Formats: sequence, structure tokens, C-alpha cells
Amino acid sequence: MPETFIFYAFSAMAIIASTLVIGQRNPMYSVLLLIASFGALSALYIQLNAPFVAVAQIIIYAGAIMVLFLFVVMLLNAPREDAAEWDRSHPLQHPNIGRFGALLAALLVVQLAWALTKVSELETPVGARADGASVGSVLEMGRILFTRHTFAFEATSVLILVAMVGAVVLARREGSNQ
Amino acid sequence: MEMYLRPAVIGVMIFVVFNALIIASAILVLAERKIMGFMQQRYGPYLVGPHGVLQPIADILKLLFKEELRPKGADKWLFTLAPVLSIVTAFVAFAAVPFGPETTLFGLLDEPIKLGIADVNVAVLVVFAVTSMGVYGIVLAGWASNSKYSLFGGLRAAAQMISYELAYATSLAAVIMLAGSLSLREVVDSQAGTWFGFFSQWYIWLQPLGFVIYVIAGVAETNRAPFDFPEAEQELVAGYNTEYSSVRFALFPQSEYINMVTMSAVATDLYLGGWHGLLPIYTPLDPLIEQYRLGWLVFIAKVAGFLFFYIWMRWTVPRYRYDQLMQFGWKWLFPASVLNLIVTAALVLYLNA
Amino acid sequence: MIPLSYYLIVSAVLFAIGTAGVFLRRNLITILLSIEIMLNAVNLSFVAFGRYAGDLDGQIITFFVMTVAAAEAAVGLALIIALFRQRESLNPDAFTSLKW
Repeated sequence: MPETFIFYAFSAMAIIASTLVIGQRNPMYSVLLLIASFGALSALYIQLNAPFVAVAQIIIYAGAIMVLFLFVVMLLNAPREDAAEWDRSHPLQHPNIGRFGALLAALLVVQLAWALTKVSELETPVGARADGASVGSVLEMGRILFTRHTFAFEATSVLILVAMVGAVVLARREGSNQ
Repeated sequence: MEMYLRPAVIGVMIFVVFNALIIASAILVLAERKIMGFMQQRYGPYLVGPHGVLQPIADILKLLFKEELRPKGADKWLFTLAPVLSIVTAFVAFAAVPFGPETTLFGLLDEPIKLGIADVNVAVLVVFAVTSMGVYGIVLAGWASNSKYSLFGGLRAAAQMISYELAYATSLAAVIMLAGSLSLREVVDSQAGTWFGFFSQWYIWLQPLGFVIYVIAGVAETNRAPFDFPEAEQELVAGYNTEYSSVRFALFPQSEYINMVTMSAVATDLYLGGWHGLLPIYTPLDPLIEQYRLGWLVFIAKVAGFLFFYIWMRWTVPRYRYDQLMQFGWKWLFPASVLNLIVTAALVLYLNA
Repeated sequence: MIPLSYYLIVSAVLFAIGTAGVFLRRNLITILLSIEIMLNAVNLSFVAFGRYAGDLDGQIITFFVMTVAAAEAAVGLALIIALFRQRESLNPDAFTSLKW
């Protein structure tokens, strides 16, 4: 029973935090709530027997990418989003459209949940076919990563290099000889 | 009976470690001022209690009775969240660090219990992840104070911390290659024993450059000693914790001291053999320590030595300027740690072939 | 044991929340955050399927998705900084010079 409780608690936390992220006016609060959501997802990864992915999520997402977001929010002094600024004459800003969209989204979620639980093959509990010993081991993961997926790994390093150069070039001030 | 005894023992251990960390930060406050005093050829705090031993209590009482200020434009939630985040990450980081061998508590338990709050099999990465979350406490403190100088102080501190995390992680990776496991307990256990019956089998002999890099990066991570630009130089103008007072302020230096203790503990586990081997050379005490499971005393002694080194370095070496600090981190320390990693990898491959 | 479908439902709900954020918010930074929510939802379903299938491929793909998300966030934020310098606004409705 503690497993089910942990699953419900952390997935509720992730969903509530994500809903609050898109509902907050102040972008600083959005970033912090997203960090909380990442923490909850990390707990779900641990429950799925993926400790390295869980820790990597905290290190990479919550510890690096979100710090980047936080820096940009602070440096730009990101203004609070003001509802009065919105273009009220735009047809998509009519309130009824928003409500209709929310209703459709809720219907979609219900339909998706129904479909996913009705497919009989997916009722097999997670982990019934896995041997717990080797799944999630970092040694095994490193072995697979460097033998079967070597090309993707090297391509990723080139991708990061390109992104780094691109970010530096894009954020440079015009006319400076840096 | 056994079923209830084990969780009770674990609960007691958590309680003891929590209080030990708090008391350790109090002792460090006193130790720092006494050692600083002796290095400057004067007595440190001398009046409160015999030889100033009760000085931390006086400090804590003073801080508790100060007025709780909050600047007018400061963000209500974030202003309180920032020190809380700092102190929580400081405590959680120590939870993954083992501090002693298995013990049965003089035969009370049937199955030996490992001395450490949590025995995670990716403990090295957990400590790293949680200390990288500690950046948020400082950044939010700078932002929530609603003052330009606090903001810049906070941003500089955060930039410094994330720059030195790279060298920190790369030197960790070299030790993990030697030990073959990410679990801190296994890293320590692979350092048991001696070579030639004389030298303790610590990783500091195998990784001297890695040790130096790790210690420097650890000092920079905790914003201490020559790298404390964000909290000291700008004291003249502002710092990320200028607008704080009383309890909220007290949490910042406390989280800094606990981070120091965690860094020292992890350095002891990784490079100095944890709870194996009292001295770098073999002493006749070593088999006695193994037999009577007194490794946790050895661990505490080593951590205390490390903390003394931290304090010694603070009051001996002048402070780095901020751009010198960033240059050093990116241009010297990180390439050195990558070089260390490559050489270690090459030697491991060569000697295992 | 938790059935696989529960994890997939959580992932689907998170993905829908992220999509809603991209459509509804008028702040460039929040739009990027919603994209990160979507990427995380996809990570969760990858890891769940990997555990269900019994091997580590799900986690390997997660590793690559995280790296790509990091690169994308870096470039996206650099773009936002450059855009902010032009118009002093983070509202996507302010960038309409190409509109006819």
C-alpha cells in the first residue's frame, strides 16, 4: 500500500504544480512551481526503478535548466503578465471560447483515461516482466549507451556544442566586438 | 520486538544526526573565531563561559531576539522561502552520506544496521544534485530582497557555484571510475586495507590532482575561504543576505556550515578512506578499530581535520576578485579536472587489460 | 504494483497541461516553461514503457530527451533575450511586424 500512496501523492503534486505553473501571473513563481513539479516527477522515476534518470532529472532539469530560466527572468525583470494588455478584440480572446476549450480538454482527458485503462494488455502491472536486479543499474545503462547508442551520444555532444555557440551569438549585444 | 526495534533505531539515528549537524554548526562558529584568534596571536572569544565555550549560545540568543525585518517591496513568500530552501538542501545533502560501518549496537539488533541515514546506490549523484539545488536559496535571497545590490550579489554567487560544479563533478567521476560504483558506501569499502602493509589504501594516493581539484571546487561551492566574494567584499555595500535579520539570517550561515560539514564528509569518504584507516600509514590501532566497529570515531576525526583546514584556509589566504575567480574556475580548474579524468581512464584501461 | 496505464494517464494529463500553457499564455517565458512540461511528460511515459518492457532503452531515450531539452532551453532563452532587447516586451502579440 505505501507504493500506491506514494504514486498518488507525487503524481497529484506534479499535476497540481504544473497546473499552477500555467496559471501564475508572476513568471518567478512559475519557475519555482515547475521545479517542484520536476521534484515530484523525480520521485515517480525512483518508483519506476530508474534511479539514474531520477537524479539526472534533478541535476539537469531542476539544477541547471531552471537556474537558466531563473537568471533570464531576473535579468529581464520579466514583467508580470497583465490581463489588460491582451488584445480583447481578437476573436480568440472571447471568454466563451476559453470555456469551450477547457470543456473539450476535459473530455479528451476522460476519453484518454478510459481508452488507456480498457486496453487489456496494458493492465499488466509494471515490473511484472522485469527482473529488478539489472533494470536501472547505472553500469548496464552506461554499457548500452556506449555500445549500441554511440552515434546518438556523439551527435548529442555536437548538438550541445552548437546550442552553446548559438546561444552566445544570439544573446550578444549588437555592435560590440566581443 | 525486532520488528519495532529497527525503525526505532533508525529514528534515533536520524534524530542524533540532525542534532549533531546543528550542534556542529554551533561548534564551528566558536571554532572559527577561536582559531582565527589564535592565528592572529590573540585569544578568541574569552568571556562567555570558561575560555569562551558558551559563546555560540550567546550568539544564537542574540540572533533570536532581534527584530524580524522584511523590506517593503520584498516578495512575501520568496523572502521566507529562500533561507528555508538553503537549510533544507544542506540537511538533505548529508542524508546520503554514510558515516560509519555496519553495527549491531552491541548485539541488540539481529541484523547489523548501516550507519548512514540513507543507503542509496547512487549516493554520489544525490549529494551532487542536492548541492546544486542549494544555488536556489542564494539566488532567491538576492531576488526577494528587492534591492539591486542584493540581486547582483546573489547572481554572482549563483554563477560562481554553477561554474565550480563542473570541476566538482568531473573530479568525482574520476574517483567513481576507480571505485567502480556510485554508492558512497562501496567507494569507502574499496579503500579498506593497506599496500605493502604500510600505506593505507586511500584514493588520495591514486588521485592527488583530483583531490586538490575536489577540495578547491568544494570550497568554492560552499562560498567559503578565498572564494567568498559574494558574501564578504560586498558586505561593504550589500550581499545577498543584507536585508535579512534574526532567524532568517541565522539560517544562512548555518546552512553554510552544514554544507561545509557535508563537503568535508564526502571528501573524507571519497579520498581519505572514510572510516577505514586512522592515519595515512598503518597503525596497530587499525585492526582494533575494525574489530570493535569504532569507524565512526575515525570518520568524525577526519571530518574535523578537514574543517580545521577549511577554517585555516579562510584566515590565511587573501580573497579572489570575482573575475579572477571565474577565470580560474573555467580556464584552469575545469581543464585540469578533465585532464585528470582522461589520465585516470587511460590508466584504468591499461592496468586492467 | 501500479498498472502501466496509471503512469500513462499522468503523462497524458501533464502533456495536456503543457499544451494548454503554450496556447493560453501570453508571456514568452511561460510558453517555454510549458514546453518543458511537455518534454517531462514524454520522459515519464518513456521510462514507464521501458520498465514495462523490462529493458533500459526507455531510460536511454530519456537521457537524450533531457539533453535536447537543455540545448533547446538555452537557445530559446537566448532568443527571448534578443527579442526583449528589440521590443522591451515579452508578449508574443508585440512581435507582429511580419503580419500582413
